[in-house]
Amino acid sequence: MLTRIEVSPRSGVRDVVGEGVARKIRSELALAADSVRVVKVFTVQGLEDKDVQAVVDAQALHDPVLHRISTTPLDEDGFDWALEVGFRPGVTDNEGRTAQATLNMVLGRGDVRVYTSQRYHISGALSREEAASIAKDLLANELIQRYELASREEWDKSPGFAPFAAQVTGASVSEVATIPIGDMTDAELAAFSRENTLALSLAEMHEIQSYFSDPSVAARRAAAKAPAQPTDAEMEALAQTWSEHCKHKIFNAKIHYRNQENGRSEIVDSLFKTCIQDSTKRIREAKGEKDFCLSVFKDNAGVIKIDDELSACIKVETHNSPSALDPYGGALTGIVGVNRDPMGTGLGANLLCNTDVFCFASPFFEGELPPRLLHPRRVFEGVREGVEHGGNKSGVPTVNGSILFDERYLGKPLVYCGTVGTMPAAVQGRPSHEKAALPGDYIVMAGGRIGKDGIHGATFSSEELHEHSPATAVQIGDPITQRRMYDCLMRARDLGLYNAITDNGAGGLSSSVGEMAQDPGGCDLDLAKAPLKYDGLRPWEILVSEAQERMTMAVPPERIDAFLDLAKEMGVEATVLGTFNDSGVFHVRYGEKLVTWLDMDFLHEGAPQMELSAVWERPKVEASALPSDLDHKNLLRRMLGRLNICSKAYVIRQYDHEVQGGSVIKPLVGVLRDGPGDAGVLRPKLGSEAGLVLSHGICPRYGDLDAYWMMALAIDEAVRNAVAVGGDIDYMAGVDNFCWCDPVASEANPDGAYKLAQLVRANRALAHFCTAYGVPCISGKDSMKNDYKGGGKTISIPPTVLFSCLGVIPDVRKAMSSDFKHPGDLIYVLGRTLPELGKSEAADELGLSFPEPPQVDALANRRLYRAVHQAAGRGLITACHDLSDGGLAVALAEMAIGGRLGCNVDLQKAPASPAQLHPLELLYSESAGRLIATVRPENKTAFESCITGCAAACLGSVTSNADVTLRVGETTIVEDEVLSVAKAFQSTLDW
Amino acid sequence: MAKAKAIVITGFGTNCEQETAFAARQAGAQADIVFFSDLTAGKARLTDYNFLLFPGGFLDGDDLGAAQAAALRWKHSATKDGTPLIQELDDFLTAGGLALGICNGFQLMVKLGLLPGASPQRFKREVSLSNNDSARFEDRWVHLKVNPAANCVFLHGLTRLYLPVRHGEGKIVADSDETLRRLQEKNLVALQYSHPETGEPTQEYPWNPNGSPLAVAGLTDPTGRILGLMPHPEAYNHETNHPGWTRGETGTLGVTLFKNAVNHLESR
Repeated sequence: MLTRIEVSPRSGVRDVVGEGVARKIRSELALAADSVRVVKVFTVQGLEDKDVQAVVDAQALHDPVLHRISTTPLDEDGFDWALEVGFRPGVTDNEGRTAQATLNMVLGRGDVRVYTSQRYHISGALSREEAASIAKDLLANELIQRYELASREEWDKSPGFAPFAAQVTGASVSEVATIPIGDMTDAELAAFSRENTLALSLAEMHEIQSYFSDPSVAARRAAAKAPAQPTDAEMEALAQTWSEHCKHKIFNAKIHYRNQENGRSEIVDSLFKTCIQDSTKRIREAKGEKDFCLSVFKDNAGVIKIDDELSACIKVETHNSPSALDPYGGALTGIVGVNRDPMGTGLGANLLCNTDVFCFASPFFEGELPPRLLHPRRVFEGVREGVEHGGNKSGVPTVNGSILFDERYLGKPLVYCGTVGTMPAAVQGRPSHEKAALPGDYIVMAGGRIGKDGIHGATFSSEELHEHSPATAVQIGDPITQRRMYDCLMRARDLGLYNAITDNGAGGLSSSVGEMAQDPGGCDLDLAKAPLKYDGLRPWEILVSEAQERMTMAVPPERIDAFLDLAKEMGVEATVLGTFNDSGVFHVRYGEKLVTWLDMDFLHEGAPQMELSAVWERPKVEASALPSDLDHKNLLRRMLGRLNICSKAYVIRQYDHEVQGGSVIKPLVGVLRDGPGDAGVLRPKLGSEAGLVLSHGICPRYGDLDAYWMMALAIDEAVRNAVAVGGDIDYMAGVDNFCWCDPVASEANPDGAYKLAQLVRANRALAHFCTAYGVPCISGKDSMKNDYKGGGKTISIPPTVLFSCLGVIPDVRKAMSSDFKHPGDLIYVLGRTLPELGKSEAADELGLSFPEPPQVDALANRRLYRAVHQAAGRGLITACHDLSDGGLAVALAEMAIGGRLGCNVDLQKAPASPAQLHPLELLYSESAGRLIATVRPENKTAFESCITGCAAACLGSVTSNADVTLRVGETTIVEDEVLSVAKAFQSTLDW
Repeated sequence: MAKAKAIVITGFGTNCEQETAFAARQAGAQADIVFFSDLTAGKARLTDYNFLLFPGGFLDGDDLGAAQAAALRWKHSATKDGTPLIQELDDFLTAGGLALGICNGFQLMVKLGLLPGASPQRFKREVSLSNNDSARFEDRWVHLKVNPAANCVFLHGLTRLYLPVRHGEGKIVADSDETLRRLQEKNLVALQYSHPETGEPTQEYPWNPNGSPLAVAGLTDPTGRILGLMPHPEAYNHETNHPGWTRGETGTLGVTLFKNAVNHLESR
């Protein structure tokens, strides 16, 4: 029996949630909603009448100070439309889970089930179509939610909606099918891969065919009573392990690279090995005893040393495809998912902070949306909220981030989520950054249960988004279930209760157990023991389900009781699913039934190397003439209001950026805390002055001209941002995250060879500039199919690299912020300005084009960054800010906004080549390697001696009159009040 | 002289336990981080301590309303030997123990009825904390005025504070206007959001970040031994936590509240 219990604010209590929904309907949909009231509905299964009264009496679902509660529809308020939104069966319902646990506790039961929905009572002159649009375009994502709508008239005839339990029903299935791939033609192989979302290429299907037809494999399979043809689960396990998402096949491919500019051809044998891994190796060798890397590329996150007692690790992931389909769930799963990477690194890390970077199309997009795509503002809001809930509820501060806009992100938004963790250098006498499962260890899964959610996430994200992308690839994270698991696992770590730990992310158990089994050399996994959310999953589905909030541990037999007891005591489900062994076989059973029997070597090393071709041809772009009659005052305001430059305070304030108590440099700085911070600084150990610096660089625009310089500029920007807050270029590690459009040429993707050439060039730059800066990459990730196909349209994202930097500084009290501090401080520009407007924000604002992107002078920059770090250490710099989007003019304006102080500067004095630049170039050129530093007049000499040998000049000083005055020689070209400048900066996204 | 022994309760979504324990230790207390499950499993006992801390976080993800499910869990759980936890809590307070609830911990206190404690019946819910008027979670620093007439142990000698708030449900709602009046009459309003220029309580956003009536940011009980507040004193444990520290701005460390508690316990 189902009972609907309704809760809404009691009279006299403002329904601020409803008011917020009404505001969104008006501002985002431009529909006339006068007011909205929200009723929360709990559909409860298993209550007798007496229980219902007990629930009300115990105040289990409502707060009597705030709410009224009823078992009949709460509808006394006037409304024109009633709209109820609930989940589809199988979708994670976090509040339902809490309500269910609470009711079972209060009633002393265990069998009560709860499903939640929300009803919106909307008042306003709205047609049925408009009311349905509120459902479809704002409040319900039909992929995961369902809605019901009733007009007032309909409601009055029959008040309330019928109860609906969003439960998945199914019978237990243990069926394992065999796939007759030995007999398939090429066309059948390709069709099989496509129809089952396996994302296996024909070459890979052939490799699998030949493995199974190998007589020695056949003989051993026969001896093991495994079928001659692969099982469905074996195909799934191979597809997942060999997926682009997990195997990075393009980064490991053999690439025939032809440079049409100079006519040269060459072969690149794995970009990952030659550009990324090798450069890190060389940098570490060059650092010698000062090498701070502990574990690179081999674990879920890269690990560096903070000091002898504490290590830090970092991982950045993307969650693009799920966020395109369900922005909230996709982004939430992205952030809680990447939290599990540090948690599953070495023996497990404590979560310290997050960094999030999003790329969207303009939220003010007014064109027609291709099928299946959501409006960019809805994507923006959903992602923002998903990361808010994922970060805030997990107690991990978001200390750094960016939001970028380009119309091509309409095809796929990019959602980068990164997490830094810390771990004691040693745990129970063992180095914490190392781990290995041993033969005989139990395979233990802890945390959430397995459902159909997230099946094919790994393979799905290895394809472009299309109109029929599977809904099961989308899921909603549960930060609290994860937090409880985390609490328990960190305790288990400190007690030394396991030998290895890894997360269940892409590929689920197939991936986590498959990877952990590489150390001991095999496993015996029984899927029948796996706890399920509901019956009806086939063994292969249990194996590859990506249901969230799960970790897998290798627990030695002598610790298994202690481990399971601790988990039980803390209310965390933990289950033994089998054992690790040295059989050389990935052996999976369902009870006695064989599910997989694959050689570990074939599973992990069997994928054939891809061979691809790349052709570089420089895009032909004409140079525009520089306009002479610009209203510079107005232009500066327009520049500050541009989406890529304007204040993101709206988002930042909704993210907890100081939980854990170590915040030093926050994302918003200055006298009114509304100036932009360059990077995050925090104390990882509360009892120490040591600091971590977290920064990033990302500049996809330049990739349209040359991805080589895009990469160089991203690295430079990340390092420079860190330097601006006090970072030390000699103690920084990098993380590279590549998001590309499909670089594999085919009939459907005619410019694949060019996109691959862009990838080659970006990697070359990564090797060159990381080496030149001495900043080793310690972790990274790539996402290669960021394209959309639908409605006869293809939209490819611009190739985008996020470069994140994690640095260590000995004393946080030497950190700096970007806001002007005192009138009279001298303003220095550091670094050389060149006529580099190619793909700049100003060029875009003015509709100009130029053929060349800015270039990076690594040696000059490195010298400058060291000099700035030295001056900062001596306390000589009062404010420091990096110059990036919008160049010198924007940077000066931002510093003035932060300090609510003016400045009077002569831009003509800036070191430039050639010496005479056009005012537009002086103001807005985006030349790399530049910073502004302010210095007290009494420290002039000391500061200048620090920067000897660097291009630098004093342009003027900070003023108390609160006017931003920019001159070229004696000619004033901008004179504007700081208040007006601040308003321009803040108005665009002032939601 | 009694030693200050602090118990910092965590689990089920609490997430400020580390810095809260750190602040207690900075103040000179011995501090143990104890999971709720440790209390029910008999690994730790409330009555072995004299300083109870409910830290910030997201108990049960704010599902059903902040700390609602956790308050029910306290009321329906017992120690291993069968003593109801709520009885332990009562004994702890009766013995003169101090209790500090921060943010989500404050929410738990009001939902448990520990605060304002103006009714003779302990554990009766009289006020609650609900969604900010903005309907948003916000992280920002706020100015606070200490009520000089509030006889609260934690606020001894303090007049003003500047601390971060980080919450989505911080607006006080009382069960009746009468309750609100009593909060004022009995000087249970310990802390109020104030305007930076006048220093006086304000309803103006963002100085009052959630629209709380009477600008209530924190409540004490009639004994002055319990304090609950939405701002996070433990998050101002170092000069560099202050958002204006690079400008030379300084303030009273939030740790001072913990020191007052320790001084009180040690002087008993």
